[in-house]
Amino acid sequence: MPDLPINLTVNGLPVSTEAPARMTLADLLRERLSLTGTHLACEHGVCGACTVIVDGLAVRACLMLAVQADGSEIVTVEGLGSQDGLSALQAAFRKHHALQCGFCTPGILTTMHALLLSEPSADEARIREVLSGNLCRCTGYIPIVEAVLEARASYARAEAAE
Amino acid sequence: MKLPSINYASPTSVAEAVHLLAKHEGEAQIISGGQSLVPMLAFRLAAPSLLVDLRRVSGLDRIEIEGEAVVLGAKVRWRDIENDSRLATAHPLLAEAVRHVAHYQVRNRGTVGGSLAHADPAAELPAVAVTCGAEIAVVGPNGDRRVKADAFFVGPLLTSLAPSEVIVALRLPAWPPQRRWGFREFARRTGDFALAGAALFYDVDVNGRIANSRVGVFGIDDVPLRLLEVEKVLDGTRPNGAAFAVAVARARDTVTPRTDIHADAEYRRALLATMLERALQDAAERKNGHA
Repeated sequence: MPDLPINLTVNGLPVSTEAPARMTLADLLRERLSLTGTHLACEHGVCGACTVIVDGLAVRACLMLAVQADGSEIVTVEGLGSQDGLSALQAAFRKHHALQCGFCTPGILTTMHALLLSEPSADEARIREVLSGNLCRCTGYIPIVEAVLEARASYARAEAAE
Repeated sequence: MKLPSINYASPTSVAEAVHLLAKHEGEAQIISGGQSLVPMLAFRLAAPSLLVDLRRVSGLDRIEIEGEAVVLGAKVRWRDIENDSRLATAHPLLAEAVRHVAHYQVRNRGTVGGSLAHADPAAELPAVAVTCGAEIAVVGPNGDRRVKADAFFVGPLLTSLAPSEVIVALRLPAWPPQRRWGFREFARRTGDFALAGAALFYDVDVNGRIANSRVGVFGIDDVPLRLLEVEKVLDGTRPNGAAFAVAVARARDTVTPRTDIHADAEYRRALLATMLERALQDAAERKNGHA
């Protein structure tokens, strides 16, 4: 089967490409667009490392075919900060040592970014519930939860400013 | 690339999807959220030659609350059920069960139709469907039909859906406002598949006795099951600890749990007894049908 045309927006930039049906969104981002911040570990939907934001929703990029993202707006971990510096969530992760090896971090950042955009007042129980979809073997999760709790304020302010 | 080589089509109607399935009889498979099928592809447990994606088919993503039923379109996602505040009263058992389905990211894409078609013995929605006597609406080359849930699930990851049929909706029968219900499951980690679980409800008649009890269990056998023997024990009794103890003892004797790497049969039996007991207590405490 010939490659399928895919048009999408990635981190605010329009992308037109082609991919075979078997290519996942994660592979498209990493191999076609060189956005290797999206990490692949289990590749069957268990670990959460590959989480990206598709049309505002956190999804596992290893469980979505690239062609299924045709017409979508994608945000990857590369789209969270800016050339000038870290986002408030990323800064909170650094402050609280919410990562050690860093492999799971992109998936956790994208998941928590999507969560706080829609639920800026998520409480600790909710944050932990959502975090259950991401595996981290270094931190024990406590500093991650502390960082997300602190970052909530910047999302609440952003919401109030709109 | 991890997934096997495959062809792909994204029709714009159910009829077109059925036509594609029929044309590739046995070789094509429906995909929507992909949250069960893509892992199956990654493990080579499924290797269809063609994926028929429902993403451009409209009209399957609605939750309709009709006088007599709650109807979930096949493309309704877990997040849609979670966010529909009507379901807290229209079908509280469904709303509670779905809270236990999978993790945040999977809930954003996983669908009703996908869960039914995948037929995992430990999945929540098939268990609710069997417990409630729901019907699965399917469309095939010869028209549409409705399949009773207990005739739909025939084995682990096995359904009576024909190769060229498409699931379009799940119809749950009407839920009386006073109905009492309970849902309990045990999983090692929030969002994982349950090692054992129970979904149940009953009505209370004018004499304060249990009527119309339904007791469903999942994660126990090859398919979600109603425990008819336990229902018989419950019907006609007063909802109290003594009656529940008899029912739980009967459940222990009735089930033949499976053994796998996660839990052996005896552990599952004990776990189910605890889940059932707690679900019955929850039901008794929900006097007005609400938590």
